[in-house]
Amino acid sequence: MLLVTLGIIASAIVVLLFLEVEAQWKIAALAISVVAALLAMEKTGLRARMEEASSRHRTFSLSLAMAAILAIAGALHESHFALLMLATVALYATACLGLTIQFGYAGIANFAGAAFFGIGCYTAAVLTTHTPLPHLLVILAGGLIAALIGSVLILPILRTRGHYAALITIAFGILFKTFLEVNDTLGGPQGLKVSGLNILGWSFNDPIRLGEGVEASFYLSYVVVAVLLAASAYIVVKRLERSWIGLNFDAVRLDETAAAVSGINIARWKILAFVFGNFLAGMAGAVYAMMIGYIAPNNFTFGDSLILVSIVILGGLGNPLGVIVAALLLLVLPEKLQIIQEYRFLLYALLVIVILLFRPQGLLPRRLREYFPQWSRE
Amino acid sequence: MLGVIYAMVAVGFTLFFGVLDVIKFSHGDVVMVGAFVALAAVVGGQGVGVISSALLLLLAAGTAMLAMAVLGAMVARFLVLPLRKAPALNTLLITLMLGLALREAIRLFYPNGSNPKPFPRLLPTDSYALGSMSLRVDSALLFVTGLLAIVIVHVVINRTRLGLAIRAVAQDPETARVMGVNFERIVMITFGIGSALAALAGVTNGLYYNEVNFGMGLLLGVIGFSAAVVGGLGNIYGAILGGFLFAALQTVGAVWFSVPAYKDVFAFAAVIVLMAWKPTGLIAEKSAERV
Repeated sequence: MLLVTLGIIASAIVVLLFLEVEAQWKIAALAISVVAALLAMEKTGLRARMEEASSRHRTFSLSLAMAAILAIAGALHESHFALLMLATVALYATACLGLTIQFGYAGIANFAGAAFFGIGCYTAAVLTTHTPLPHLLVILAGGLIAALIGSVLILPILRTRGHYAALITIAFGILFKTFLEVNDTLGGPQGLKVSGLNILGWSFNDPIRLGEGVEASFYLSYVVVAVLLAASAYIVVKRLERSWIGLNFDAVRLDETAAAVSGINIARWKILAFVFGNFLAGMAGAVYAMMIGYIAPNNFTFGDSLILVSIVILGGLGNPLGVIVAALLLLVLPEKLQIIQEYRFLLYALLVIVILLFRPQGLLPRRLREYFPQWSRE
Repeated sequence: MLGVIYAMVAVGFTLFFGVLDVIKFSHGDVVMVGAFVALAAVVGGQGVGVISSALLLLLAAGTAMLAMAVLGAMVARFLVLPLRKAPALNTLLITLMLGLALREAIRLFYPNGSNPKPFPRLLPTDSYALGSMSLRVDSALLFVTGLLAIVIVHVVINRTRLGLAIRAVAQDPETARVMGVNFERIVMITFGIGSALAALAGVTNGLYYNEVNFGMGLLLGVIGFSAAVVGGLGNIYGAILGGFLFAALQTVGAVWFSVPAYKDVFAFAAVIVLMAWKPTGLIAEKSAERV
């Protein structure tokens, strides 16, 4: 228990520093030391012990992590930018968790992640401005429409293998963006305005006043919603991985022929993985749209899909915690290190190339599945 | 005309896939880099004082093809060959990322890279009237060049010893090695040929549209890949067929819909439907899988 507490407190301090520090060399130093620390922890076996400890005390570690995140948000309550960063990281992490289910568990290459995120955004835009639907339902609807469109796209994906399936998602991603740009009913290249989140009368876009002289940025409420969404997605993904569904996913990913021969219905599991992954991405998109207030087709290009894929690969394919760490690194670093802002895509691409050549497992490799929990308790 | 450009890119894809079972997503961006190198060569040539258009053209095309061949060989040696044993997803990703890196490198490092650049008109601009159609001389020239390039590649693959080695490696790498074929060298050469073809496609594209910009690689790459897949990967005739088919789809789409910008949407949607109907392409890939 002590190990878990120490780990979470250390991570919380690191995240706080990341979001607070302004000087560029300090940020760079911090990033490098985080990566070095992660690699060192791996070598000394500390990481394995920590993961094991946290899986033994699941509820405790999760509640402590949530408390830590809310504490960070509270500590930064006045800074618009830091809170926006935090919320964006949480939402991108949710979308990437969806992508992890598709990529890391079921082995479906999805290079249209940004397109499904965008479907969620546009659904939210249309539903909030034209219908009186309550916003919680709008978020759900965003996810559902993304899942629906995903279930149409899965048909050609199911009939093809490997590269062909990747081509279909790439074609869809480009199709989506081109369609949005030429179609004027959805705003065309200028995009659409989205009204802010409004749950049970609490309008999220007004500044918050908590008592005498304590003012919080309105992004704080968005952070809470985003973190709640990310946390639920995280719990669901972790549970999914441990369950029989996750086992079936892994079987489909590792060897389709063997799985089919063993009686696993490949189509069913692929459909489930793809649709559920897109559902998560769509929900994250809906909240993101309402937070940002304005969306344009230019936000959902192929490059953005590649960013999502880079986050999943960098974090370690199939490791949900890795996704969160990678999202933090890849989204916050370029904003903070203004020098590299221009070279962002180039650096991402080079980083992924280097990782794929030298450390394909990513920063936090996926743990071996625990088939018999009793064995690891000895 | 468009068909020839797509066909050239598609043939490149097919070559790569046939030899190494690798989809090199960076191919489209190699086309783009080739076009930029050609542009640089033209600017350089003009700076040195070469005036004749034909000479400039040869200089540009030649430099681009040579440079891209080297680039292709490097990519093979350092990025694709080491990942032979890894799952196919890794190779896919690495080439995708390479494509992105190439695109961004040109955008950032070529002077004023993010704006489209005009490509010099190096071809005669007269046009002949044939009935109600007017045929531009430069279109005809480009068409003939493209076809010639494809025919040359076809002849090389099917009638020379090098082509024999390439086909051997494509069919069965292990046996080819046993027979004395230098696997790595053949792979590098194949990538070189494919990339040189891509450079030619880039130069052709630049001459046809009279402009190059850093984003053209992505669309061309995806279109080339779709064309190769629709025609059936691993089959050169299929790639050519796919290239022309895709161009036809785009043109039909442009004419059918009142808003011509829908043509890309239509073409891609058609590709997705075609893939759903015939998953291995129109001329199916004969594949045997080791279970």
